[in-house]
Parts: sequence; C-alpha cells; structure tokens
Amino acid sequence: MAGTGQVPAGTTPVAPKNADVPQTRMARALRESLIAGALAAILGFFFLALRTDIVTGGLNVTTRWGLWLTAIAIVFAGRMALNLFWFDRDWGSGKPARKTIVAALPSGKTVGRVALLFALVLPFLFMALFPNKDRQFIDLSILIMTYIMLGWGLNIVVGLAGLLDLGYVAFYAVGAYSFGLSAHYLGLGFWTALPMAGLLAATWGLILGFPVLRLRGDYLAIVTLAFGEMIRIVLINWNDFTGGPNGISGIPKPTFFGLEIGRGEGSFGDVFGIPYDPIHRFVFLYYIILVLALLTNFVTMRLRRLPIGRAWEALREDEIACRSLGINTRNTKLSAFSIGAMFAGFAGSFFATRQGFISPESFTFLESAIILAIVVLGGLGSQIGIVIASVVMVGGIELLRNLNFLKQVFGPSFEPTEFRMLIFGLAMVVIMVWKPRGLVSTREPSATLKEKKLIKADQVAQGEGH
Amino acid sequence: MEYFVQQLINGLTLGSIYGLIAIGYTMVYGIIGMINFAHGDIFMIGAFIALATFLVLTTILGITFLPVVLLLVLIVSMLFTSAWGWTVERLAYRPLRGSFRLAPLITAIGMSIVLQNFVQVTQGARVKPLPPQIEGGITLMSGSSDAGTISAQLSYMQIIIIGTTFVLMVAFSLLISKTPLGRAQRACEQDRKMASLLGVNVDRTISLTFIMGAALASVAGLMFLLLYGVIDFYIGFLAGVKAFTAAVLGGIGSLPGAMLGGLLIGLIEVFWSAYFSVEYKDVAAFSILAIVLIFMPSGLLGKPEIEKV
Repeated sequence: MAGTGQVPAGTTPVAPKNADVPQTRMARALRESLIAGALAAILGFFFLALRTDIVTGGLNVTTRWGLWLTAIAIVFAGRMALNLFWFDRDWGSGKPARKTIVAALPSGKTVGRVALLFALVLPFLFMALFPNKDRQFIDLSILIMTYIMLGWGLNIVVGLAGLLDLGYVAFYAVGAYSFGLSAHYLGLGFWTALPMAGLLAATWGLILGFPVLRLRGDYLAIVTLAFGEMIRIVLINWNDFTGGPNGISGIPKPTFFGLEIGRGEGSFGDVFGIPYDPIHRFVFLYYIILVLALLTNFVTMRLRRLPIGRAWEALREDEIACRSLGINTRNTKLSAFSIGAMFAGFAGSFFATRQGFISPESFTFLESAIILAIVVLGGLGSQIGIVIASVVMVGGIELLRNLNFLKQVFGPSFEPTEFRMLIFGLAMVVIMVWKPRGLVSTREPSATLKEKKLIKADQVAQGEGH
Repeated sequence: MEYFVQQLINGLTLGSIYGLIAIGYTMVYGIIGMINFAHGDIFMIGAFIALATFLVLTTILGITFLPVVLLLVLIVSMLFTSAWGWTVERLAYRPLRGSFRLAPLITAIGMSIVLQNFVQVTQGARVKPLPPQIEGGITLMSGSSDAGTISAQLSYMQIIIIGTTFVLMVAFSLLISKTPLGRAQRACEQDRKMASLLGVNVDRTISLTFIMGAALASVAGLMFLLLYGVIDFYIGFLAGVKAFTAAVLGGIGSLPGAMLGGLLIGLIEVFWSAYFSVEYKDVAAFSILAIVLIFMPSGLLGKPEIEKV
C-alpha cells in the first residue's frame, strides 16, 4: 500500500503498484475487478441476499441469491470496463487539458443572454411543441426555476460570503408559512404577502444569524442545521396556530393586477378576451417565478459591485485581513444572512401559492441539502452554474418519475420511482468526484484592473466558513 | 426522587448510544477535518446488519443461547459495517482529498442519501420490530407517591449498554494513547504532510479511522435495536444529527468531549421529555448546543482554534 497517495483517483489502493512484477493491463484489471466483486459480495450480503420481512408472529428472513449474484456480476463487469476503458486508457503524453463547460463557450454573458431568451419563450415553446404534455413540462420548469432562485439566494451566503449554511430551508419555510398563515387568518393575497414574507424571512435571518456570528466553519454548519430543524419541529408541534403536521390548505392563487386567472366573470381571460384554458395559470406562475428569480440574480450581480458585495467576498477570502482593514465583519455577515434569507422567503411564499397547500414535510433537511448541492455542484459563486446544476439535478430526478417502461423490462413489481433518490444521491457523489470545483469552474472577477480575465475556481477560497 | 433516578439512568443509556456514534464523527473530523454526514447512516446500516444476523442465527441456524447469539451478532455486524465505512471513504472521500472543503461535504450528503435509499429499496420502507430479548432488571429503590408506587429500575439491558460503552471507551482511549496506530492517528491529526514525510501511511491511517468509527457505530446500532426494538431506514438521520450535535457540544476533535457531549445530549433529551414536553426535546437539545457555542465557540472540551496570519 506504499505510496498510494500518488495513485490517481479511482484506482484501487488494495493493489500495490509493484514495479518489479510486470503486469499486463488485463491481469491488473482482472484482479481489481475481483476485489471489487468480493467487496460487493460483502457489502450486499445482508441487504441483497437477505431480506427481513414482517410476518405474523415476528420477522422472517428470506434469501435472494439471484439478486445478490447479479449485483456482484454487475460490479465485477463495471469495474472491469472502467479499468480497461477509463483508468488505463492511453492518455498520450500527459492528460489533455480539461475543458470546462463555459470556457468552451463564448463568454458567460452571451450564455446568460441566450439562456434568458430561452427562459422567456419556454412556455410557448412547450405549448407549440408538446400540446399534450405542456402542463407537465411547464410545471417542471416552475419547479426548476424555484430551485434556481433558491440556489441563487443561498449563493449569496455560501458562495459570496463563504458562510456554510445547512439550514437554509428554514427561511424558505418562514416565507411559505408567513403567506400561508396570513392568507388563512388575515385573508391577504399573494402580492401583499410577498414583500412581508421576504421581510419576515430577512428578520429571521438576522435573529438566527446573530448568535452564530462568532462561530466558524463546521460549528456554524451544525448550528444552522439545528436552527432549520428547530423551526420545522415548532411548525409540526404548534397545532393551534400552524395546523401541525396537517399543514395549511386552501392558500389562494396569485392574481394578475386583481384579475383572477380562471373561469368566469371578471377573470383574466374574460377581460382580455382570451378563451379560458387551464394552462394559463401555469404560464402565469412560471412568469412570476421567472421574474422573482431574475430579481434575485439582478440584485446579487449589483450587490457584488457595491462595497457590501466586495466586503462579502473579502470576508470569504480572509476574515482577519478583513477586520484589519476596518470592515465591520458583524454587519457584513448579518447582511449576507438576511439578504439570502429574504430571497428564500420570496421563494417560500411562491411555493405556498403554487402548491395551495403547505406542511412541515416540505421543509426537511433534505431540501437544504439539495439546495446546497445545487450551489456547490454548479460551481460556488457561479450564477450560470447554478442554473445548469438545477436543470440537471431537479429536472433529472423528475424525469426519473417517467421511467415506467422499465416495468416491462424488470416485471410489474419493479417500481422505478423508488430508485429516484438513490440515483440522485449517486449523481451528487459522481459529479462531485468528477468535478470537485463544480460544473462551471471559472469565475468572472468582481473587481478588475485594466482588463477582465476569467479566474479559476481553485484560486478562490470557497465556503471555508469563516 | 425515584422518578429522577430512573430518568438519570435512561438518560445515561441514551447518551451512551449517542456517545458511541459521536466518536466516529469526532475522529473523522479530527483527522481530515470534514463532517462525515453519512456516519448516521452507517449506524443505521449497522442496526440492519445486526437484525439480519440475529434472525439468521436464531431462525435458520437455530442457536438459542442468547449470550452466544449476541456476541456473534456483535462481531458480525462490526466486521460488515466496517466494510461499509471503508467503502464510503474509498469511493466518496478519498478522491476528493486535498480538494476544497465543501466538496467532501457534498459527497457525504450524497452518500447519506444513497445509503438510506439503498436500504429502503432493498429492505423495504416499513419498520422492523424485534421483540425485547433481554428482560428484567434490578430495582434500585422504590417509594410511593400519589400516583402509586414508583420505582427506579436498572434493567439488564441498560447495564449491558452502559457497561459495553464504558469498556469500549477505555479500550479505545488505550488504543489512541498507547498503540502505534493511535500514534499514527494523532500524528496525522496534527500535520498530515509531516506525518507522511516521517513514514506514516496517511491513507491507511485514515481508512482505519473510518473502519473504527463504523465499528463503534455498529455497536451503537445493535444497542439501539435491542433497546428500542424498532428500526427503519430513516433512523440514521436523527441519530446522526444528535450525535454530531454531541460531538460539537463536547468540542469536535476531542474523544472525551464526544462522550461527554453524548451523555449530555442524552440527559437533556430524557429530562426534558420527562419534566417538560416530549415534542420539544430536540429543540431543547439544539438550544443547549447554540447557547454553549455562543459562550464557548469551540465546545466544552475543544481546543480553541488559533489562526496564524
């Protein structure tokens, strides 16, 4: 095992690199595949070969040797293929320079403009191209756009200010519940509640940010995680006010300057003379979240050019230097927390109006993890990277819901949706190992001298949590 | 008084389980400075392996003598769970060594999702109940109150849990302070590059750290299974968060701190549920964490981080 530190990622450490014994590629691949297969046999034994089930009178163990052996065979073959066609591939004289997605494209700005244009016409594209499935696709776009907005919001905290926040979903929940509760008790509409939700979430950002000012790195991470869980537990248990685990239902839909999007007298379609179609509501919701997300992006980009944004990035790079230069680190951190929280609040109240129903179930740690994963997988601090990551991760797992044709291959008892989160988790691991700096690993610098150059992501201190 | 003593015993039992899991967090954090988010799920894997082994031994092989069964279950689940711990490190963390800090955190969260859903897919989402195996106990004291007789009882199960934890803790402290492995581990903790220059195999030491953490988590998993008698694929998350809270409370990177933190979190939870409300026991534990960290930003027994410029 000596010198495994130099072995490139992905080769098995169990196989010593013995220079004295000449090994053919095949022999090494065979041995490593055998090891991988044996490991799969060990790991899978209690989970694939055995299955415990509840029967009358206790638990019963059944054996599934076929499944176990299949899994071992798959791992063996997979490792063999990887070894022969990937790890031991002839790379020529040195590895080819890795290209990043954006570096190959003209520039971040052009990509952004094209993406914006695409986003603006997207609902009409869907209506024209997929008349039967347009509702489903627009709904999916709304979901992805919500995650883009949340990613952009969290990016302020994690990507710019470098504060690792694992409880971002708490502010999302605050936004959703502040609209849900004000609609339930006060009868407020979406547009009135929206700024209020943002304000409330920002206030909570301040309240929760204040005690953790002195904490760094992982201490900060666990306390923010704890705050996220606390808000959820309070929402579950405060039955009289929040409805407990049953949540709040009947949350009103947004109106278009007072006009309902629906059927009947005085509705949007009636006034503008467009015949009613249920798709209108989806298109309208899509444009609301698009505007909200663009607002988040616009504010972030502007703030980066203001002293406050520069202070965030300085704080991320070095807190001590920051303090020595007279930057008020307390206000800098709190402003990052509360502005990030505000956008989560907006997104939350949008979520409430889209679903029409909210419950604490929607605001679990998994949600925080997904948002953080989108930010990191996209490439911390990169706005376009977050868009790509959201489309890949959220769009990808939603597409997995439509894999019913696999039932014909594996039999009717096969339930593809069960594998959704399993594949999601695997994708997180694989993308991160493949591109540790995220999908887009170059940044446009905020401040420049004379000319603008793209900077590599590894030149930036990221999320060290100072 | 009897009620108080009973809650104290319950709290110590729960705290022992948290402490055992917390050690895994704190060791990994100490050596490579990352939160191993999948550790809670390794605990869950350990509990499932223990359950399956127990059933195989009792129903298929027909061994009925309980101490032998439990000992075999303990050994098998420690071995197999260690293999899981090693694999997780190998696949998700080692390729990212030397990368920036958030990368292994994301793969850890990803691994946690993978493990949970793997168990859900292969073993089903329903809870697995196991009837209590060890019954009876010693009555320490009893008295009468308005509600009838109240007695403080120390069950054999609790004796086994607290005793095993104690033995493991002592063995573990000796391992860290006396053996070459422990020395290598402490060296890697202080300075990985220097340790490798002096001939310590860093990768191997880190792998062994994960293996030991997983083995301790599997013991905790077995205890959880025997104590509560119900497991499902989701138990890892909450136990993991609590144990991590315990590790941070005690000062992350410190072994006695992890044990102390575990006991404290266990006691807080049990006493809060006994005297105030069950619903808010987690809020109580998390609040104590936040309050302690405000005044002692590096935990109870942690070393303050000195940053050189």
